[in-house]
Amino acid sequence: MSSNDNLATGAEDSIQYVTVVIGGQLFGLPISQVHDVFVPDSVTRVPLAAPEVAGVLNLRGRIVTAIDMRKRLHLPDRDENAQVMAVGIEHKGESYGLVIDTVGEVLRLSMDSHEPNPSNLDKRWAEISGGVHRLDGKLMIILDIKRLFGAMVEPMAAA
Amino acid sequence: MDDLLSEFLTETNESLDVVDVELVKFEQEPNNEKILDNIFRLVHTIKGTCGFLGLPRLEALAHAAETLMGKFRDGAPVTEEAVSLILISIDRIKEILADLETAGGAEPEGSDDDLISQLERLSLSARTGAEAEAEAEADAGPDVTTGELVEQVLERPLRPGEVSLDDLERAFREAECEVELPVEAPAGEPAAEAQDDAPPPLTVKAGAARKATTEAKGLEKAEKENKSGSSVSSQSIRVAVETLEHLMTMVSELVLTRNQLLEIVRRHEDSEFKVPLQRLSNVTAELQEGVMKTRMQPIGNAWQKLPRIVRDLSQELDKPIELEMVGAETELDRQVLELIKDPLTHMIRNSADHGLEMPSDRRAVGKPEKGTITLSAYHEGGHIIIEVKDDGRGIDVERVKSKVLERGLASEAELEKMTDQQIHKFIFHAGFSTATNVTSVSGRGVGMDVVRNNVELIGGSIDLRSTAGQGSSFIIKIPLTLAIVSALIVEAGGDRYAIPQLSVVELVRVQNNSEHRIERIKDTPVLRLRNKLLPLVHMSYLLGADDTDVNSELESDTGFIVVMQVGNQTFGVVVDGVFHTEEIVVKPMSSMLRNLTMFSGNTILGDGAVIMIIDPNGVASAMASHASSVVAEGERKEVEEAIAAAIDGQSSVSMLLFRAGSSEPKAVPLSLVTRLEEFEVSKIEHSNGRDLVQYRGALMPLVYIDPAQTRRSEGTQPMLVFSDAGRSMGLVVDEIVDIVEDRMNIEVGSDRAGILGSAVIKEKATEVIDLGYYLPQAFEDWFMRKEMDIAALTKKVLLVDDSAFFRNMLTPVLKAAGYDVTACQSAQQAFELLENGDTFHAIVSDIEMPDINGFEFCEALRRDPRFRKVPVLALSAVVSPASIERGRQAGFDDYVAKFDRPGLIASLKDMFSGELGIAA
Repeated sequence: MSSNDNLATGAEDSIQYVTVVIGGQLFGLPISQVHDVFVPDSVTRVPLAAPEVAGVLNLRGRIVTAIDMRKRLHLPDRDENAQVMAVGIEHKGESYGLVIDTVGEVLRLSMDSHEPNPSNLDKRWAEISGGVHRLDGKLMIILDIKRLFGAMVEPMAAA
Repeated sequence: MDDLLSEFLTETNESLDVVDVELVKFEQEPNNEKILDNIFRLVHTIKGTCGFLGLPRLEALAHAAETLMGKFRDGAPVTEEAVSLILISIDRIKEILADLETAGGAEPEGSDDDLISQLERLSLSARTGAEAEAEAEADAGPDVTTGELVEQVLERPLRPGEVSLDDLERAFREAECEVELPVEAPAGEPAAEAQDDAPPPLTVKAGAARKATTEAKGLEKAEKENKSGSSVSSQSIRVAVETLEHLMTMVSELVLTRNQLLEIVRRHEDSEFKVPLQRLSNVTAELQEGVMKTRMQPIGNAWQKLPRIVRDLSQELDKPIELEMVGAETELDRQVLELIKDPLTHMIRNSADHGLEMPSDRRAVGKPEKGTITLSAYHEGGHIIIEVKDDGRGIDVERVKSKVLERGLASEAELEKMTDQQIHKFIFHAGFSTATNVTSVSGRGVGMDVVRNNVELIGGSIDLRSTAGQGSSFIIKIPLTLAIVSALIVEAGGDRYAIPQLSVVELVRVQNNSEHRIERIKDTPVLRLRNKLLPLVHMSYLLGADDTDVNSELESDTGFIVVMQVGNQTFGVVVDGVFHTEEIVVKPMSSMLRNLTMFSGNTILGDGAVIMIIDPNGVASAMASHASSVVAEGERKEVEEAIAAAIDGQSSVSMLLFRAGSSEPKAVPLSLVTRLEEFEVSKIEHSNGRDLVQYRGALMPLVYIDPAQTRRSEGTQPMLVFSDAGRSMGLVVDEIVDIVEDRMNIEVGSDRAGILGSAVIKEKATEVIDLGYYLPQAFEDWFMRKEMDIAALTKKVLLVDDSAFFRNMLTPVLKAAGYDVTACQSAQQAFELLENGDTFHAIVSDIEMPDINGFEFCEALRRDPRFRKVPVLALSAVVSPASIERGRQAGFDDYVAKFDRPGLIASLKDMFSGELGIAA
């Protein structure tokens, strides 16, 4: 899927990932898909929306739909006062903000350490994961934007 | 060449639309030379351009049509047949053009000989007509006419030469540009090189850009020449719609930024920005108006095709019809114009077909034979009013009434109380058509409801006035533009929302001691407003807030009521606060939110906050479904009776009859039995105090229905095998009797474990066994695996399944997993329970049910704000991707196969863990 696309575009078999932490787990987004990183501020709640929709917010004059990745991944909610960050991405011309816990460094990873999803991975996670990278001492799950939205938008937001 | 072609396509299409209109006019006044000249010129231009562009098919057809029109110009009588033929030819040209556009410039294959030969035949006969006339006058006329014809015929092979004169000139001009290029490019290069460290790619780029602009200029020049040549007004220029849209977006942004600035200045009283900002504000407003104007088009553009349609209809229906158009110059937004086109066409068709009587009938009532349809448009307070009026028979109230009764839309008693006007409005109901005969024109059941939907989609409304015998008129009220709307900012449940002003009728402030106060009719809030009762609903309630909060808020009985009108529905929405009105720029919601019918979009306010825009139509439909649930409450008795009837009349089930222990037959639904097996008695082994057989590589425990059952010592032993999640159990029986299709009415309940009760099956009293009792005998934990969850103990689950067996089957499964289960056998009964105020933490519903199926049930639940958040799980024997998708659309949270018990438990567990997450 899109990880293959990246393979084609990435230089010398390696891709740069913006790493983020969601509920203690390290995730990586291909840097080409990340538009900005921001602190979600004054998010307007959208009643009746799917539970993972944290709300809508104004990011420099654009309306961004914020998606709580913890909800999306069926993880427990973070503490009331915990610091949150958001990664701005674009999907089919619309702006979305993925609300995550913290943003880490940018990693350049070669395809050597890439592996497909383990077959026993929780199917709700496997649904949005484009594979796993073996890093020193930890694993990084690749967030596949296309699949993330494919699973959410098309079936009319399966709540 | 591509630009040229697309320019040609737009221009030709426009010309053809004009020709359409002009021809219809011409048919009515055949002596008007001006009209004819105009048509002739337009067709001639099309023909010429086609020749130049190398489109022989179009050229030939246009030529043949032109020839025939040439005859008219020379005085041949104008016949209906001839005009029809030309109109058909024009249609054919349009078809070819459409194909041309999709094919990107290649003319489609095919021949127009059929039309051309007809056109030529008519030209010839027209000539003879002219000749005859001329001969009678004994004039030199015939010679001239004949001469011209010869010329025309001869002209065909010659024309490419003729046309190319114009085009040669154009070709010259284009060539000029290309010659210029090499001159220009080198001139650019040295300039770029002169900069010391200008990288070479830049030079190339600069050169290329220049080349492009030169080319564009050349083309523009050529086009301009071409235009003035064909005498198209040079007062206007063509701008791509995209450019205008972009301009509009930018202006919208500017308006937003201005609003933000105004907001800031509002907070700083003595700001020095005040004056320049005021100026900026004015300029912005003017700019906004100006840009809006560029998007404005006379409504006449949407009417252009109508005269032709009416003419065709008039012939088809054999009714003379006159179409009057008033206010064609009234301007409205392009976007709105596009959206109103189809509904208008539909209404005109309707008026012509249903509204106007046949000429003989008209004469009988003393009306002129020719029916008139009047189309008018005018501005009225930020809205455009479009009226379609006919002087026909008016709406037949009696016929509408009988249709209403037939369709069951209202009862006779209800109709009695209605005014004629209310009855008229039934024609806007879906699938309502008063035409007794289905004609090719209308009466297919897709009618006024579609029109109403389309109009409401753009925030408009439609009304109807009709007087029997004198005609009817439809009045459409639509907003001028959709991009920027004036909205009322309100607060509800701590959040702000924008309500489009268009649907707001008035604001009412309610206080306990004031004139206006909220009253209740059995928990339903209403407001007495000018001697009328206005149904009320709290905004937070519509938006899915908890019942308890809303009630306490309503109890305080203070706040504002926004009185809204959508279509013919008037209602009040209670909000906590009203701020101000603001011009807001409607921005579409992201596709993730587009399924929310309560909102039409979102916007950024002056203070930078994003707020949701309430969709009045969504509120109205939520009100309607809410109202119907209230009505349902009043009809409880009937429903109860219906439920009783449903219990009696259960659908039939396939039952497996067998004997075990006693001689009375026993039964179990066949659908649960995995297979029937017979084992050699010698194969039955005994281990750990129980009987087992080796079955498919595993040991299968055997269970006896009656412990006293005699074990056979030889021969074979029949048994029913039940499998689930890799485990199997053999239920030992003495004899398998039969498989029957019968209703399973358990008439006498049973106290004996393992027996659900007795039912009459095949005219014999039969014991229906309770599998839920036997399964755990094989595996104690059959129903209780690791899914047993302490948290689940407090959860109430509603199980809806029409099959008694499944209810009996699943209830213990769910109970074993720790849920407090209530089972009911139909969606109606489920609604009953819900309406009674029973709360459930989750609903598990079967899909295949009589009357209301699972999808409909779930959709109904989702429409009701009270149950919108309750997780609903679908249970179905059919699990295909399509049915799962259908389930998701209906609003189900999950879709589980009927026999997938672990899946059901896991899914429920999942839902509750998710729900806990939300609550936290």
